[in-house]
Amino acid sequence: MSLNEEVEILRNIPMFANIEPSKLKLLAFTSERHAYNEGEYLFRQGDEGDSAYIIVAGEADVMIDTDDGPLTVAHFTKNALIGEIAILTDVPRTATVKATTRLDAMVISKELFFRLVMEFPQIAVEIMRELAKRLEATNARIRELTAA
Amino acid sequence: MADSETEAAAGRLPAPETPGYGPNVPLERSIFRFIMKYSKRQQLVVLALTVISWPVIYLTLELPKAIIDQAIGAKGGWARDVLGDEMEQIAFLMALSFGFLFFVILSGGVKYVLNVYAGRLGEQMLRRLRYMLYSRILRFPLPHFKKVSQGEIIPMITAEVEPVGGYIGTATSTPLYFGGLLLVYLGFIFAQDVFLGLAATALYPLQIYIVPKLQKRVIALGRSRVREVRGLADNIGESIAGITEIHANDASLYERAGIARRLDRIYTIRYEIFRRKFAIKFLNSFMAQLTPFFFYAIGGYLVIAGDMTIGALTAVLAAYKDLSSPWKELLNYYQLQADIKVKYEAVVEQFDPPGLFDETLQLTDDAGPESMGRTLDVVGLAYSEDGQSKTVDGVTFSVDLDKHTAIVGSGSSGRDELALLLARLVKGTGGRADLAGQRLDDLPEPFTGRRMSFAGPVPYLFSTDLRANLDYGLRHRPLRPATGPEDGGAQRNRYVRDARASANIDADPMADWVDYSAAGVPDREALDRKCVDMLRLVDLGDDLYRFGLHGTIDPGDRPDLAEAMLAARTALRSRLDESDRSTLVEPFDRARYNTNATLAENLLFGTPAGSAFDFDRLAEHPFVRQVIRDAGLADTLLEVGRQLTETMVEIFADLPPGHAFFDQFSFFGSEEMPDYQHLLARTSGQSAGEMREEDRLRLRSLPFKLIPARHRLGLLTEEIQAAVLKAREIFAGTLPDELRGEVEFFDPERYNRAATLQDNILFGKVSYGEANAAGKLSTMMGEVLDSLSLREAAMVAGLAHSVGVGGARLSAAQRQKVNMARGLIKRPDLFIVNEGIGNLDGAAQRRVLDAVLGEMKGRGVIWSLHRPGFARNFDRVIVLKNGRVAEQGSFAELDREGSALRELLETE
Repeated sequence: MSLNEEVEILRNIPMFANIEPSKLKLLAFTSERHAYNEGEYLFRQGDEGDSAYIIVAGEADVMIDTDDGPLTVAHFTKNALIGEIAILTDVPRTATVKATTRLDAMVISKELFFRLVMEFPQIAVEIMRELAKRLEATNARIRELTAA
Repeated sequence: MADSETEAAAGRLPAPETPGYGPNVPLERSIFRFIMKYSKRQQLVVLALTVISWPVIYLTLELPKAIIDQAIGAKGGWARDVLGDEMEQIAFLMALSFGFLFFVILSGGVKYVLNVYAGRLGEQMLRRLRYMLYSRILRFPLPHFKKVSQGEIIPMITAEVEPVGGYIGTATSTPLYFGGLLLVYLGFIFAQDVFLGLAATALYPLQIYIVPKLQKRVIALGRSRVREVRGLADNIGESIAGITEIHANDASLYERAGIARRLDRIYTIRYEIFRRKFAIKFLNSFMAQLTPFFFYAIGGYLVIAGDMTIGALTAVLAAYKDLSSPWKELLNYYQLQADIKVKYEAVVEQFDPPGLFDETLQLTDDAGPESMGRTLDVVGLAYSEDGQSKTVDGVTFSVDLDKHTAIVGSGSSGRDELALLLARLVKGTGGRADLAGQRLDDLPEPFTGRRMSFAGPVPYLFSTDLRANLDYGLRHRPLRPATGPEDGGAQRNRYVRDARASANIDADPMADWVDYSAAGVPDREALDRKCVDMLRLVDLGDDLYRFGLHGTIDPGDRPDLAEAMLAARTALRSRLDESDRSTLVEPFDRARYNTNATLAENLLFGTPAGSAFDFDRLAEHPFVRQVIRDAGLADTLLEVGRQLTETMVEIFADLPPGHAFFDQFSFFGSEEMPDYQHLLARTSGQSAGEMREEDRLRLRSLPFKLIPARHRLGLLTEEIQAAVLKAREIFAGTLPDELRGEVEFFDPERYNRAATLQDNILFGKVSYGEANAAGKLSTMMGEVLDSLSLREAAMVAGLAHSVGVGGARLSAAQRQKVNMARGLIKRPDLFIVNEGIGNLDGAAQRRVLDAVLGEMKGRGVIWSLHRPGFARNFDRVIVLKNGRVAEQGSFAELDREGSALRELLETE
């Protein structure tokens, strides 16, 4: 897959929708492309967070460790941005992400990600929106589980 | 000779000839005594040759006169008397002319022989002096190195004594030759007229009186110049050693100012010296001209008065002209001699510190007492560096040599000094230490250096590889002759002869010095395995394995290892295929483009084995350019290069200059950005033919770094890849013979000598697209090597890892580990450690300490500990306080309320 296709994928992610193409190209060019086999971990809870991931193809489960073993809290598909929390806050990974199919991801380094957030406020706003949404979804799920 | 032959046949070398003058020879304080002591005989030869040259030179001067006066002018004379009157004039002329030719050649020949002999003598004496000075360094007491710096000592032996050699060669011949000439001419003048002879030499006493007076000041200046230049070397050395501090403290201006001041002093001195030298010169030439003034005035008066013929005056003037040249040479010689005297004395006085090690203890072949004895007994041992305050004061104890003893104490308790004293690295200033029934101070180095090991806190590693550093403790004497080009030993004989002529040691450093039996192994291979074991023991096994994988081996030297690595290659490939992980590595395939490799690698399809096909400059190589043209890639690459430049400019143009991304990702640096922007503008719309040569080359070079799988720019289309494959074939097919050694082609069946062990096993490129491919592969490779029992072989290959200058390519902790292993390999009866492992992390310190003590079980260890808690592992503990033994006993005995040990443990 070429750089231009990757730029297209980035454009489809709401957070990056309003960013000029040359910046998206920089983002795509400086990110790495990694393939994961089904069942392989992108990262585990507690790892040090050094990069964020964008799913280019395939699907993944987000799980958190509980006393009763891993609990799946979310499911991601194409165009999802994952793992940005750990690189934003310098805390260890708050969840484990595991590929549930063969998965292709763009891997964005912490440094690059910060540069983007600093330079383009709209990305920061989009991240906030995304985080709020995700928090709400997670809360809903916990409510659901505790009720059950 | 017969003895040494049989010994060589038995595979062992005879002991090297130690310098002929014997050990502990004093350095002559004066250069004249040095010359007389070591070259009396040779100086006599020089003298004889000089004397021989006189009549020959005289004849070359005399014959032309005879030819003109007697042969051409046809008068009678001495030549005619000798050759006989009856000779015809032509024959007579020819005889004299050929005689002249003969003496010219003879005089040239004698001069040549004399020069060569004197030159060689000078070189021999220089070599001897340098060797003597170097030997002295090996005998300096260790504390002396706190007072003198490398920067001072090195130029003394390298530069300062250099002119001494040249001088010694001519020391007798110059004054003798020119002195002789002077006498001859003077004799001639006096024979003509005593009065004029007196006039000609009237000013000589004045010159002889005045010149040394002036010279004296120059000599003094020369002395301070030597001192200042040494200081300069010292300053430069300090700046290099302290470069980090200079940068970190913004002190570069301060340092520059310091150097400028030093340079100013040198400048002033040098200026003063040559001002005075020219003044002397002026005075000399003035006096030389003053004498003809007297000739004209007095001689002219005598001629007019009729007391002298005009012919006699002309003859005397001509003789005087001849006189001035040897006189000048003699004065020059005097100046040179004075200069050299200063230089020699200034050097030699620096090499005579008090307390030099006894050289007999180093040179002896006596390996000391057979048995170590059972104890090391220390009675009232004291040490004081400045002669006043004692850092070790009246220490008395006895240590069992089959037990492990810890010395604990605060940093200033004297435990550092005590460790050095017990290792006989410094000498005590009071009391005594006895080992093997002798005073420690009297034991020869072949005993202390072989039976004992010492490891200090800041080990030095020599800038070779790990192997040579590890077996450093086994190289005491040459044991087996060097294997090398056979020339019947002629080279070796010459070497020995010349070494002895300068009283240098004649041992061959290229011989095999390693004493395998001292390490308890039969040969090199077993020693390598032992080195690996010891490095494992000191926690360096993983690093060693990594060094091995990233190192290269010569399949010529180790065909078995190369073969084994090929087996590992096959095993890894089948393992990858079986485990469905084949995508982790993209193998090299002659018929396919490797998308995880650069275009350069794809084109070369091999590893550069020399500098010709260096990847960074591959596009510039004429042969590569030819190949590109033949494959029809020239225009294509130009176009790809242009697109690549456009993309880079688009992506990176907005980044601030110097941003880290340039280094990491861009095809050119930020400072080149404007260049490439101009290049794009300049070449826009131009065809290849219209472009400047350098523009074409620049654009064509860029795509050589493209890796499709990594850069994902889509620039290298399938057609281009196919064309590169064609170029690959052309490259291999038309490679000229002289370039064949410059590239090692990828071949699945062959070991690639230019590539690392790891790359040989992988035989392909790690895939960029697979998550954590490198980590997964290194695990798999480890498994493969383990399954083939090759991990150790890889570690042995790691012994060839170069440690850099002073071990700088290793971390401080790694250096300490190597040093501990080095101490263990020679299987010492007593291992003395001063801290030794302080740079390791806490857990590793404990592991290595335990491992070393385990290895030394039943043998003696004395360990000056930086962490008193470690003393728990020792049989016995000696607690030092202010240089005195505060208490001693087992750890359990001493570990009680209020004890000195408890106090130390609590502050840890």
